[in-house]
Amino acid sequence: MTDWLIPLLILLGKSLLLLVALLIFVAYILYADRKIWAAVQMRRGPNVVGPWGLLQSFADMLKFVLKEPVLPSGANKGVFILAPFVSGMLALAAWAVIPVTDGWAVADLNVGILYIFAISSLGVYGVIMGGWASNSKYPFLAALRSAAQMVSYEVSIGFVIITVLLCAGSLNLTDIVRAQDTGLGALGWYWLPLFPMFVIFFISALAETNRPPFDLVEAESELVAGFMVEYSSTPYMLFMLGEYVAIMTMCALTTILFLGGWLSPIPFAPFTWVPGVIWFVLKVCLVFFMFAMVKAFVPRYRYDQLMRLGWKVFLPISLFMVVLVAGVLQVTGWGGAN
Amino acid sequence: MVAAAFFYLFSTLMIASAFMVIAARNPVHSVLFLILAFVNASGLFILLGAEFLAMILVVVYVGAVAVLFLFVVMMLDVDFAELKQGFLQYLPIGALIGIMVAIELVLVMTGWVTSDAAIASASAPAPDDVSNTAALGRVLYTKHFYFFQAAGLVLLTAMIGAIVLTLSHKPDVKRQNIADQNARDRKTAVELKKAPSRAGV
Repeated sequence: MTDWLIPLLILLGKSLLLLVALLIFVAYILYADRKIWAAVQMRRGPNVVGPWGLLQSFADMLKFVLKEPVLPSGANKGVFILAPFVSGMLALAAWAVIPVTDGWAVADLNVGILYIFAISSLGVYGVIMGGWASNSKYPFLAALRSAAQMVSYEVSIGFVIITVLLCAGSLNLTDIVRAQDTGLGALGWYWLPLFPMFVIFFISALAETNRPPFDLVEAESELVAGFMVEYSSTPYMLFMLGEYVAIMTMCALTTILFLGGWLSPIPFAPFTWVPGVIWFVLKVCLVFFMFAMVKAFVPRYRYDQLMRLGWKVFLPISLFMVVLVAGVLQVTGWGGAN
Repeated sequence: MVAAAFFYLFSTLMIASAFMVIAARNPVHSVLFLILAFVNASGLFILLGAEFLAMILVVVYVGAVAVLFLFVVMMLDVDFAELKQGFLQYLPIGALIGIMVAIELVLVMTGWVTSDAAIASASAPAPDDVSNTAALGRVLYTKHFYFFQAAGLVLLTAMIGAIVLTLSHKPDVKRQNIADQNARDRKTAVELKKAPSRAGV
């Protein structure tokens, strides 16, 4: 009895802790997003609820929960209600394998990176199901757009991940971070040797999470609010939650693959005493800051330009880099692969 | 015990959703049930310890193939109630074919004798010192390298075929050439003209 009960309880405790931390973090990421955007446009941003507007996200959440959910009469009811749940659940599920510090992941899978890749490629279903089930033209157009966009950028994300795997010699996220611990600190992480892939990954991550400048799925000048037009109250909030958790997943993945996860950027004493989770959170915040700045000052892409960038620019470059990196590793014998 | 419980959970769900793929009235629901079947199949792979195959199944079939399926089916405007009206009239011949295939399968499977050597090589477990993924890679890129390459070539041919079928060059379509746009500078883009008053340019 106790031999499986105790691990189960520990697992449940870990999951709960991660979930609560994640949701609180999402609330402040949302706030930070709005504040950064406002600062770039020389506005104040949310500043009414709580000191400096710090409680704005919680007020918004209460508002969403207390409002009446509206079901359009022409909607396909089951799928319409299922879509936001799919979106939110999948986004949260990806966090099961993310190591926030050395040895601290809810599930330390052998194929962790593939798991995240698989889960994030499923994220498109929330959008498609929501868009189709609304039985309305703007959501439907958004669903079509997102289906094409997310499939396109997954290809280059896949190749970027492959180059990192080649260098680290493992699909386990913990091992990928450990492979970057070369004693050089920030200079030993993969962002430097794989700099082009770092840039491609960052841009593809923007497209994969439907962030501006690739937010054609919810381009308000063309599609009102895209696939979320018909949604209100809690289902809408679940979509928003799923979107921001997916963004954080991508930030965490960038941190793990290129920025050394929980490792200290300066590899000697006072800095290495800092707990890994603090470095991890700081790096995730840094990547998110870049996400937010891109949103603030890059104009939205046109749809054909988006497709061109994905298929004609990123795909050939990343394909070539896979061959190049594999060749260099084979010739020099660097990397963790045996 | 837990593994057995999950096995029955996944297989029941998979069979049920596979049945719903053909039973659902709405084609989009069919595709969604198909996705559920794929995800459950991936769960079964994980129970077998084939985690790489499980993840690849989700990435390829659920993340890409089924998305395109859904993409196409969503855009179809077919009245399926009308299509299904003549459904019963084909039932006898459909049932006949189904029963024939089932009988053939039973005959083949019962008469099949596998040599001991084949069984031993088929169920060879992955070596203990490497992970599932590495073991798969070792076999795929050494022993079965030519088959792997041939499979890639087949896919490439299919891709080229699809592109050839749909590619059409329309001469009078205005296309954006990003390199040309970027190569423009002040000299080529701006022209200074003297505009005398009352005459225009």
